[in-house]
Amino acid sequence: MHSQSDCAEMELLLQADLDGELDAASAARLTQHLAHCEHCARLQTQLVQLRGLLRERAPRFSPNAEFAANLRAKLHAVGDEEDPALTPHVPIAARWKNFSLLGAGAALAASLMLALTPMTQFASNSALIDSVVAEHVRSLQADHLLDVVSSDQHTVRPWFNGKLDFAPPVNDFAEQGFALAGGRLDYLAGRPVAALVYRHGQHPINLFVWPNERAAPQSANCVANAGYYVCSWRNETLNFWAISDANAEEMQKFSRLWL
Amino acid sequence: MTAPDFNEVVLVHLDAAFNLAMWLLRDTHAAEDVVQDAMLRALTYFRSYKGGDARAWVFQIVRNAAFEHLRSRKAGMVVPLETLHSNDDRDAMSRDQTNDIPELIDPDDGPEAAWMKEKNRTDIEKAIDTLPLELRECIVLREFEELSYKDIAQITATPIGTVMSRLWRARQLLLQTLVAEGD
Repeated sequence: MHSQSDCAEMELLLQADLDGELDAASAARLTQHLAHCEHCARLQTQLVQLRGLLRERAPRFSPNAEFAANLRAKLHAVGDEEDPALTPHVPIAARWKNFSLLGAGAALAASLMLALTPMTQFASNSALIDSVVAEHVRSLQADHLLDVVSSDQHTVRPWFNGKLDFAPPVNDFAEQGFALAGGRLDYLAGRPVAALVYRHGQHPINLFVWPNERAAPQSANCVANAGYYVCSWRNETLNFWAISDANAEEMQKFSRLWL
Repeated sequence: MTAPDFNEVVLVHLDAAFNLAMWLLRDTHAAEDVVQDAMLRALTYFRSYKGGDARAWVFQIVRNAAFEHLRSRKAGMVVPLETLHSNDDRDAMSRDQTNDIPELIDPDDGPEAAWMKEKNRTDIEKAIDTLPLELRECIVLREFEELSYKDIAQITATPIGTVMSRLWRARQLLLQTLVAEGD
């Protein structure tokens, strides 16, 4: 049996452990204590349950679309240097189906630990990266992620017919852990693009595809930006830009599936 | 610094800023006022932003604006046009949106997931709502935004030790209302 004061001290360690703030030595002490103390072991289970409950089930409040648009306009007016190319607008028609891949809290559960890849390759592309991030964030807002909801590539692919002047490759990689969720029409770099949406665990991935008009094929370059991970690559005919809050390794795995 | 940086660094956190304001203020119109005020301030302060975690920086501005709003409301300078949980259309709409989010719990998540489904959003929202403000802000920043103790301490201008004890108290209260009752 453990004394009350033992447990009182362990409670703070329990919490720090839960929050990922415990040093190794204390973690070892805690593990030892938990092996023998039913009270603290149960408390730990409850704290983990509570976390799951809060993160999965608590509502997340999104700003009203009109309010957000007005605010953006106001900020735009104040910051007069703002480049309109960096805030691409999605046509109203693209905001159809009410579908969101997001569990509460997932929208901004973006890992902040991403190591920054040197920006060399991307320096000239920084405006495009900004647009990709902006479109990704915008797409995660309610009602906005998918125009065609299907995990079947044979449903998603024909949906783009007549909407674009090219045929985006639509592949489902569910077996590799990247399940196709659907697609939508989006605008990027001043042109309509195909946005394919994948789900990797709780992380939605946007993959933007549009024709590659002149550049030579290139393997994937990845960069962290604003808490997201952005990877781009191209083959002979198409440009690919993928973005998600999934971690760097997973995103690289995803891009390799296409090359 | 140019305005595009502001879009990239600050505006991408608009939704998170609004979510925080809602949890602190519990009123859609107040949250909109505060977020607008905070974003305009962020634009003004942006020159002095020295890099680092922009989201935490935005939260700090939103949090300060929210507390100023609450203080002025308390002092009678702002008369709320509606009560805290009104049937206001826009309020109802933002709630509906959050309720429409499809289930994402995988069927093979095990018994814990099944147990969690029994608790509905309203119970959880109410339980968080009833926490004192200083506990609520800590739990929201930690559990929903997954910020570190250090970031929370900075945002709330509170020593880390106090953040830890507030989190502990908040969790004890939430456990009592949400988890422990079944035991």
